[in-house]
Amino acid sequence: MVEAVWLIPALPLAGFLTILLFGRRLGEPLAGWVATAAMAGSFLATVATFFGLQSRDHDDRFHVQTIFTWIESGSFTIDIGFLADPLSIAMCLFITGVATLIHLYSIGYMHGDPNFSKFFLYLNLFAASMLVLVLGDNLLLTFLGWEGVGACSYFLISFWFQNPSNAGAGKKAFVTNRVGDFGFMLATFLVFHEMGSIRYTDVLSGAPELSPGVGAAIVMLFLLAAAGKSAQFPLYVWLPDAMAGPTPVSALIHAATMVTSGVYLLTRLNPVIAAADGWVGPVIAWVGALTALLGALSALAQTDIKKVLAYSTVSQLGYLFLAVGSGAYVPAIFHMITHAFFKALLFLGSGSVIHGVHDEQDMRRMGGLAKFMPITAGTFIIGWLAIAGVPPFSGFWSKDEILIYAWEESPLLWFIGLVTALLTAFYMTRQVILTFFGRTRFFDATQEEIDQAWENRSAGAGAELTAARADLDKVAEGVAKAQADVDKRAAAITEAEGAFADAQAAVAAATEGDDGYDKLVKTLTKAEKAVPKAQDAFAKAEAKLVEANEGVAAAEAAVADAEAKVSSLTGARLSGPSVPTVVTAKTEAVDVSELEADLPESYAHRQGHPPHESPWTMTVPLVVLSVAAIVAGGLNLPFTKGLHFLEHWLEPSLFANEHHLEASGAQKWLFAIIAVAVGLVAIVTAFAVYLQRRTDPTEFEQGIAPVASALDDAYASFMGGPGRKLFELLTWFDRTIVDGAVNGVADTVKSLGTTTGRTVQTGFVRQYALLIGFGSILVMAWFLGRILL
Amino acid sequence: MPLLAAEQVSFPVLPALIVVPLLTVVALLFVPRHRADYLKAVALLGTTITGAISVQMLASFDVDDPGFQFVSRATWVEDLGISFFLGVDGISLFLVVLSGILYPIAILATEPHHDAKPYYAWLVLLQAGSMGVFMALDLLLFFLFFEVVLVPMYFLIGGWGHGNRVYASMKFFIYTMAASALMLVGILAVVFLTAAETGVTTFDVTQLAGASALSDTAAMLVFLSFALAFSVKVPLFPLHTWLPDAHTEAPTAGSIILAGVMLKLGTYGFIRFGLYLFPEAAWNVRWLFITLGVIGIVYGAVVATMQTDLKRLVAYSSVAHLGFIVLGTFAFNPQGIEGGILVMVNHGISTGALFILVGWIYERRHTRQISELSGMQKAAPVMAGAFTFVMLSSIGLPGLNGFVGEFLVLLGAFNANRYAAVIATTGVILAALYLLWAYQRTFHGTPTETDLEMKDMTMAEGLSLLPLLGLIVFLGVYPKPMIERIEPAVEALVAHVDAHVADFADTEPEAPAERTDAGTLTDALHEAEEKKEGK
Repeated sequence: MVEAVWLIPALPLAGFLTILLFGRRLGEPLAGWVATAAMAGSFLATVATFFGLQSRDHDDRFHVQTIFTWIESGSFTIDIGFLADPLSIAMCLFITGVATLIHLYSIGYMHGDPNFSKFFLYLNLFAASMLVLVLGDNLLLTFLGWEGVGACSYFLISFWFQNPSNAGAGKKAFVTNRVGDFGFMLATFLVFHEMGSIRYTDVLSGAPELSPGVGAAIVMLFLLAAAGKSAQFPLYVWLPDAMAGPTPVSALIHAATMVTSGVYLLTRLNPVIAAADGWVGPVIAWVGALTALLGALSALAQTDIKKVLAYSTVSQLGYLFLAVGSGAYVPAIFHMITHAFFKALLFLGSGSVIHGVHDEQDMRRMGGLAKFMPITAGTFIIGWLAIAGVPPFSGFWSKDEILIYAWEESPLLWFIGLVTALLTAFYMTRQVILTFFGRTRFFDATQEEIDQAWENRSAGAGAELTAARADLDKVAEGVAKAQADVDKRAAAITEAEGAFADAQAAVAAATEGDDGYDKLVKTLTKAEKAVPKAQDAFAKAEAKLVEANEGVAAAEAAVADAEAKVSSLTGARLSGPSVPTVVTAKTEAVDVSELEADLPESYAHRQGHPPHESPWTMTVPLVVLSVAAIVAGGLNLPFTKGLHFLEHWLEPSLFANEHHLEASGAQKWLFAIIAVAVGLVAIVTAFAVYLQRRTDPTEFEQGIAPVASALDDAYASFMGGPGRKLFELLTWFDRTIVDGAVNGVADTVKSLGTTTGRTVQTGFVRQYALLIGFGSILVMAWFLGRILL
Repeated sequence: MPLLAAEQVSFPVLPALIVVPLLTVVALLFVPRHRADYLKAVALLGTTITGAISVQMLASFDVDDPGFQFVSRATWVEDLGISFFLGVDGISLFLVVLSGILYPIAILATEPHHDAKPYYAWLVLLQAGSMGVFMALDLLLFFLFFEVVLVPMYFLIGGWGHGNRVYASMKFFIYTMAASALMLVGILAVVFLTAAETGVTTFDVTQLAGASALSDTAAMLVFLSFALAFSVKVPLFPLHTWLPDAHTEAPTAGSIILAGVMLKLGTYGFIRFGLYLFPEAAWNVRWLFITLGVIGIVYGAVVATMQTDLKRLVAYSSVAHLGFIVLGTFAFNPQGIEGGILVMVNHGISTGALFILVGWIYERRHTRQISELSGMQKAAPVMAGAFTFVMLSSIGLPGLNGFVGEFLVLLGAFNANRYAAVIATTGVILAALYLLWAYQRTFHGTPTETDLEMKDMTMAEGLSLLPLLGLIVFLGVYPKPMIERIEPAVEALVAHVDAHVADFADTEPEAPAERTDAGTLTDALHEAEEKKEGK
């Protein structure tokens, strides 16, 4: 049944084409189901091929299937063809298996996304490319898959492209990988140059004849390629950023499958490594060890749930390189498989958490989630035990084997591996505690919300002050009005008194009985009465003025009050509640009772929407993967030869290049005990720090945090500084020097032309061109006439 | 037809490829100038028929024949041995076909916006010229076509171009024309020097190549006079600065043709009239052209990265791509030369498509400034998809067309000159950098109001682009039929060089004697196990 091998990549490719043509019509969730079915079919085809190979003799488990000739140029011939052998089929089994589960999971995870079908389009294309990478029967076809997965990774990292940082992360991944591809291409050229072919059947069988120096050059170039794709020092900087993509992508591409390509490539080429100079293996091992340690150190202080896993992946991939460099191909593949299970499990678990807490990724905002999402928590805990190296979970078995091989390569490598294991157990325990145990910090007010509340409150106080000031203005206006009234009334009294005096004088001057005397007396009487009236009015106005003045005092007091309130807010804000940047399970809730009324809507909303468990499409893959994470150790148990299933299976593909362990059984037990002890110490320490808070981790976390970004910052400052300067310099050179010379020549000719040749030549290019045009048409017409007649 | 000296041709295919566009130009003259739609239809029909004839020729091309096919010859000036001599071999075949199909697409995908009549007339006339230049086997005829194509392009840029079009068209015309003036001297020199030696005056390329009667110095001088003309046309660093100006200011159709067809005159010329006529001279100065090609690859990419105008960025990317062709040509082995020819065709397809897309963006937004565009993928997802696809082809993603040629060039170059190949391969990193960065800034990111109002690709636009997209996939997945037709002519050329160059070194690695299969691995496994046990 090995003939089914072509179906393995063909089915996801068919899924891709189907969704490409009908994706919009299929829509949600049908497009997801089509993609998942294609993957499941691919898994079945892999199983069929596996049994086909297994039914053959042990040393005859190679099958080459040629589909058609791809490129044929001179002596260079390359087919689209597949090589089914124990290595490629072992890879395909876990790739298709994990991919099927992650496709299924994505149906739940991507629910409601406007580009739902597009997501599955890319996912299927990715799977097809990945399988071509693994199954290709020559270096160039592997490169096709290599670039294909890179392109899909680019599409999927920048899937939510409107966020500029996602778009930047996608580009960064692609360009960084291209640096590795540079190595891949040169290595391919060199292989062709030396061997005249890049088909694996030629390369693997011809490798022993390579000179050690050439072999070393080939391996080093491929190591560069592998360092790009598998995120090794110094090219790992793209992987943490790649977490910008949707979580299923992180699980599938950036943890389980694509990033293992480099390890696959080096394992595939084990005869070349064997033929190369002896220093080649140690170089690979040291790159791996350095990456493992750096990745683990970087993971220690991460607060983003996915970033922890991302750096952890970098670190674990370093382990795989450590293994390959130590000649431990089987443990490398073994750990690759167990890692694929437990890391995919952890990523999907983190996705489920993120889903459950409404797109929150900060672990400081989690805690105590176990009671809200028991399946996610339970399966995540299994993943944690597996990666922390606790027996009998799968990670223990595979990691332990690598450490023994590392010891035999160099005790220092073993020690670095052990330290990495210690750190791994520590940061993973921290992650589990911060996410699932302790108090649920989900409901707490966030720093943003608190800031918002203060903003709201100071906005309120500000409004009060404005109102009080407006009030004061109004009162002051009243006072002015009252004063004006008083003045008016005072004038009225003077007027009335004047009128009375005038009337008195008039009466005194007149004689009783005269005409008009009565009238004058009447006027006098009236004027006499007017005086007290005016005085009354004056008194009333004065009373009003007093009243108004009293109001001023009150209003001024109100303004002063409001002003005091505003200025006190700044102080209160400084001394008020704030969310700690480093948390443990014991971290108390921030007391926001005094701010309650001013907290934004999101706070109240969260109180009504607690974390929830994910739908079955998401939890079923978690459960299946957790079972795999428990039992995958059974693939290669160390106890008796008969239990080395994976080793036995992979044997033909390794061409007797696997390092043969010299350690005795007792030594192996000792290594295992040390490893377990170290892991347990780390777990206990992490419990003491993060669960019981025996000591405050703040200083430690702040101290270690810069390690994570050091290399990235160095690149960024180079690219933004001298690198950019150089690019700008060349561009300036092009515009000013190269083009400047051209224009200079033209100007010189022009000035010569205007002084000497104006009468002969018109200087209009248009005219020359037209003449040439006409002339040539005539000539052509003449020719054609001769030919056709 | 007594004047037809052609061997076996019943229908004069090659002359038809020139005549049909010319007749179309005549037809265009009779269409009323204000009926832009009729004009477009006539131009489209004429160029499509030409394209169809070229495809028909491709279909009947004899795969195994390394020589010239569909030969058509008529004497022009008998005393001077000048003839109207046309023929196609594997080297020119796909350039002729490319000229056949690129014109109808350019006409379909773009609009002149004003003065449709002269626009279409010049464009169709240009097709006749491009056909002629790739088919001419008479040096004088070649020179004639080589110069003639400048005229329509000059008017297209000057008449229908953008902002700085007058400067750009003038620069284009004078720069390329001046460089080829010396070539005419070279042509006359090679003809008359050969005549002095052999007594036969002829402009027939095949006869001249066979005679090789020039002294080393003479051959070198004549070769350099040719090389100068070709280098400007390619353009090779540092003679490239006319290109970004011409490309940027040209109307979209002009850019498509410029990139797709006219730049190839230089690289084609190098192979046909450089390596073929002067193998020894070309071989002796191969280091110069390898160096310039490699500089072009890196330099073009670096300068492209820093461009602020999307079209100018694409223009500089051409400098890099054309550098690959020159590098492959002067690798002097089948992979390099075949790769170079593949890049010629694939660059025409991919860059043509890129120019079409940039043209559509310009028509919608009236700007090509990268800083003024953002998040376009939101409003125009289909266009973004097409752009991504073409971009990946231009970057050289395996499985798409761009990769095959670039890979073969580098593979050939590696065997000829390892260090040049190492530097050139950095071009694949840089290509990803400039295109992806441009894409990130224009299609990704947060869209503004204006970006959100942008119209997506229409069905008609999509259909006009579809042939190019189809070719991008087909030639990436199954380039074999194409390489198969190119190879005999290239191998004949390499053999020709080998025969004429005393110190020629064959740099092509030998393939394993037998084709290995799965059983080889079983044997290797046995051997390894035995060896281990023996230890």
